[in-house]
Amino acid sequence: MKEYDVIIIGSGPAGLTAGIYCGRYLLKTLIIGELLGGEISEAHKVCNFPSQKEITGIELSMKMLDQVKSLGVEVKQERVEEIKKEDNFIIKTNSEEYSAKKIILAVGRKKRKLNVPGEDKFLGKGVSYCATCDGAFYKDKIVAVVGGSNAALTAALLLEEYATNVYIIYRREKFFRAEPTWIKLVEESKKITPIFNSEVMEIIGKDKVEKIKLNNSKEIKVDGVFVEIGFEPDEAIPKQLGIETENGYIITNKEQKTNIKGVFAAGDATNNVLKQAITACSEGAIAAQSAYEEIKKSE
Amino acid sequence: MAKIEVNDSNFEQEVIEKSKEIPVIVDFWAPWCAPCVMLGPLIEKVAEENEGKVVLAKMNVDENPLKSQEYGIMSIPNVKMFKDGKIVSEFVGLMPEDAIRQWINENIN
Repeated sequence: MKEYDVIIIGSGPAGLTAGIYCGRYLLKTLIIGELLGGEISEAHKVCNFPSQKEITGIELSMKMLDQVKSLGVEVKQERVEEIKKEDNFIIKTNSEEYSAKKIILAVGRKKRKLNVPGEDKFLGKGVSYCATCDGAFYKDKIVAVVGGSNAALTAALLLEEYATNVYIIYRREKFFRAEPTWIKLVEESKKITPIFNSEVMEIIGKDKVEKIKLNNSKEIKVDGVFVEIGFEPDEAIPKQLGIETENGYIITNKEQKTNIKGVFAAGDATNNVLKQAITACSEGAIAAQSAYEEIKKSE
Repeated sequence: MAKIEVNDSNFEQEVIEKSKEIPVIVDFWAPWCAPCVMLGPLIEKVAEENEGKVVLAKMNVDENPLKSQEYGIMSIPNVKMFKDGKIVSEFVGLMPEDAIRQWINENIN
């Protein structure tokens, strides 16, 4: 079994930044992630990351990944299946077993699904969870974005570059949570039509998406449905280790320590107040520093 | 060779015709699609393990809109296995390496 000082689970901004710091502390470090770059890698545009006036999510992710690799940190694209605490932590993935003195959980969040009829049936046939991936297939088509967050609004702004009409289906009466800059751009757009106080009840079609049915029974003809209704915490790993959570999000202190000794957490998986790349990076850095301190003390 | 690049003009020959001799996996992808960029190396690794039993054809949908349209691609990454000129199995989205391995093993024989 390969042994490490620190294993970081999750490869978004929190995990990659933790990796950069661990690398510079000369700790033997492994990052295990499924989607390298994490949630931000699917962002159409990132305009609030200092030093980057405007950058695509995938470019920003690749820069972080490149930096962490240049420091000798190993990065594996695997899925963690089990974690046990013995003298060290034993981490079993879909292909190997590793041990680590300390672990940093930077596992992010899971995309929330609509859970309506037609959603699974039309996956890849009009239902999409990634506007940057699939937007280009909707040239001169009609699409609906479901949700009202930054992710939903930026998805709509990306889609208007291709589609003739973009509906935003949102359950509240106005945009509450999104950044004012995005709201302004949406309001100014001639192609985007927000439909408030509405929920999608069903996605209908034959071989592919043809229309959606709303809660007021109104049907709208669309070729594509982009689901951007937010995220929910992934509780699988915290539960295995007995980590305390708040509404599913890992509770940490200011040093990013959890209630389990040797386990730190950073980024969107924690009960922090702002879920952004920049705050995830910050917490990743602190988690790495805290892990380093504990390792140093025990030597 | 386990991996080839295909495009709108050689698709017929390199995928459809070729799949009458050996199963061909087509990976429809684009450089701006993060899950595609992640899936690429995983599927390439597993295809390499099965060298001689399967061919992996990489299809950049950005540069080759005709075949992507013909096959109704609306989400990427989109991976299809061709045998005897026909699609026998497919999946959409990022999958972990072991799931890809299982999918290939189940479908090449």
